Amino acid sequence: MTAEIGHFALIVAAILALGQSILPMAGAARRHGALMSLGNTLATGQFVFVLIAFCALTWAFVASDFSVANVVQNSHSGKPLLYKITGVWGNHEGSMVLWCLILSLFGACVAWFGSNVSPGLRARAISVQGMIGLAFLAFVLLTSNPFDRVNPMPPDGRGLNPILQDPGLAFHPPLLYLGYVGFSVTFSFAIAALLEGRVDASWGRWVRPWALAAWSFLTLGIALGSWWAYYELGWGGFWFWDPVENASFMPWLVGTALLHSAIVAEKRDALKSWSILLAILTFSLSLLGTFLVRSGVLTSVHTFATDPERGLFILAILAVAIGGALLLYAWRAPTLKGGGLFRPVSREGALILNNLLMTVAALTVLFGTLYPLVVDALGLGKISVGPPYFNATFVPLMAPMILAMGVAPFLPWKRADLLGAFDRLKLIAGVAVALAAAVAFVEDRHSFAAALGLGLAAWLIGAAAWEIAGRIRLFRAPPGESLRRAAAMPRSALGMTVAHAAAGVVVAGITASGVWQTEVIRTMKPGDRADVAGYTIGFAGVREVRVGNYLARRGHFIVSEGGVAVDALWPEKRVYLPQRMPTTEAAIRTTLFADLYVVLGDPDGKGGHAVRLYHNPLVPWIWIGAVFMFLGGMISLTDRRHRVGAPRRSARPASARPSEA
Amino acid sequence: MTFLAVGLCLLGVAAALVLAALDDGVTFFYTPSKVAANAVPAGQQFRLGGLVETGSRKTLGDGVSVAFRVTDCIRSLPVVYKGVLPDLFREGQGVVAIGRLEKSGTFRADSILAKHDENYMPKDLADQLKEQGQWHKDGGGKPCPEAKS
Repeated sequence: MTAEIGHFALIVAAILALGQSILPMAGAARRHGALMSLGNTLATGQFVFVLIAFCALTWAFVASDFSVANVVQNSHSGKPLLYKITGVWGNHEGSMVLWCLILSLFGACVAWFGSNVSPGLRARAISVQGMIGLAFLAFVLLTSNPFDRVNPMPPDGRGLNPILQDPGLAFHPPLLYLGYVGFSVTFSFAIAALLEGRVDASWGRWVRPWALAAWSFLTLGIALGSWWAYYELGWGGFWFWDPVENASFMPWLVGTALLHSAIVAEKRDALKSWSILLAILTFSLSLLGTFLVRSGVLTSVHTFATDPERGLFILAILAVAIGGALLLYAWRAPTLKGGGLFRPVSREGALILNNLLMTVAALTVLFGTLYPLVVDALGLGKISVGPPYFNATFVPLMAPMILAMGVAPFLPWKRADLLGAFDRLKLIAGVAVALAAAVAFVEDRHSFAAALGLGLAAWLIGAAAWEIAGRIRLFRAPPGESLRRAAAMPRSALGMTVAHAAAGVVVAGITASGVWQTEVIRTMKPGDRADVAGYTIGFAGVREVRVGNYLARRGHFIVSEGGVAVDALWPEKRVYLPQRMPTTEAAIRTTLFADLYVVLGDPDGKGGHAVRLYHNPLVPWIWIGAVFMFLGGMISLTDRRHRVGAPRRSARPASARPSEA
Repeated sequence: MTFLAVGLCLLGVAAALVLAALDDGVTFFYTPSKVAANAVPAGQQFRLGGLVETGSRKTLGDGVSVAFRVTDCIRSLPVVYKGVLPDLFREGQGVVAIGRLEKSGTFRADSILAKHDENYMPKDLADQLKEQGQWHKDGGGKPCPEAKS
């Protein structure tokens, strides 16, 4: 019964989405207030019904209703409750319902919190949101119904893929979708503005919080995914430039550009047309990512099992959304008026440089991701584009970006004195160069990469600290005065500085772990010792344990430093029972500055075990930095200007608006 | 205007980087038959795909190196890999090895991929097997009827 309720709720939601895509749009065209506000009700209704469907599906998983095919394929009665729940989105159908749920939630949020947006723009945005919702609900209902029944009902399910039975991965999809799908709102606002033919500074102000929220969640979602890959896949790496990783990274890059261009659109009434293009591109890349992951066109460790019908359906959505949006842009964008003027060397100029570098970087990633598809389609062979390509194109683009990131907050709007700004930062620049030189001098392996990466990281973190110190007049005013200034600092400025410094922390983590990773692969018999980066790791033995729904061979390793035992590590080789599927659980001893990472391999048949030991310096900084980037976004989001004071629409001359349909 | 110029310059730089990086960033995919047909330049990194030949897996003297044969049901190729194999590495199942061909004719793998799915067949391999007429719908998990070396 619950399955039928869920299915029915999805159909109702699709019908509401149909109404949502037509009625407010018609209302906005005819300036009909009631029709426009009907969109808000419909958006709320769509959300409520998708929520009902989602709850029904969750209930089927929690209650182990094995008459539902999706539950049979992805759940098992003996699974812990947490993984019964997260199993809902651990498969194609269920994750699409989550996609729709988050999409409708964002639509409803525009309805709930958008009272400061002009009614016409909001109605059109909600309508576009409804169209996207309709497309994806139709996709779920027509190709991926999660409520299909099986007859006869099997006694138990096949279980969730064990590597998904993990807290890190359990929350990776919801966060990632909050980011991916969050950019649908900026897309809807962009389309709405193009339809209205009017973009002014307040457009930037409305779009910024949505872009900021989506960007923050996407950052956290990507970081969680890479953290999971790091500790669960047992390869000691955290980023593989896999096509599906790239699929989430491209919207992040362009979304970061959007985040910055929207500031210029708001503060200086410039770059509006460009911001609209970025808003379209960001969500287009989110859709492209969805297509790549679910169509099976790419070879990747992440893809869902798929059939061609689904791929075609998403391709059709992709073509209509991206093609339609870009056509509309080409038609309407030339009528948008440019705003404030500025010199190339200025805050605006620095933000444009950020935009150019971010989009060009996204372009190179896109090229590397799609190139194998093109080569294959042309019949020129089967290739894959690996990390060397991405490292060789991405890093040279990011280095000038980080240099500019340090100095940009010191540049005033309109016109700036670059030398003056560097003069204020000469102490930080000196420290960064000294650190780079020290690294290059001390370390002989890959010294250039390490010196560059750590020098840039120091520059970025130092410049951010210097900026805050300057703002609160640290050590130049009494401590009380500094504290008061710190408390009064605009949240958006504080958030920006935190996020920039956090990016520096991430750069340091990526550099150090990439350059200075130590790897030892050998067999160990009980009693053997291995030396890794100053630690001695003793192997005490292996025993068999049974925990919950898996059997494990659990290794016991004793970590000692200078002859003193400091820790014990218990890596495991597990076999999950329903599927008899093996997984590897690395054991990690983490300090703030390095990880010691132990993987237990197969027995060699002579009493020993293959063992992989890693020492990964600064690797925790990658995730610590990502969390602070997220927090920076959240701090910025609490800025009072994002919440209060309905932004006034500046009186644009009517000539800037093409005749309305 | 300035920004248009900067943007175009950046695109130029990016294009140059892309072209330079494509030289060593791209790895080709071959099956053992293709390798046997001398389609592979010596010393070049490529991805070898096929099924792990049943009964071919051996642990070498150092205890951490593994030797096995990869077959596409027509030809097979010996592979040596030092490291811990992925969990889903099994005889008779699909595998992709990334590495180089040595002069002796052995493929030395730097990494081994086996997907996190019990029915995994790498897409590239499935396509190749279809091309060679060796594809069976359930063939992913089944060893070849007979494999010649």
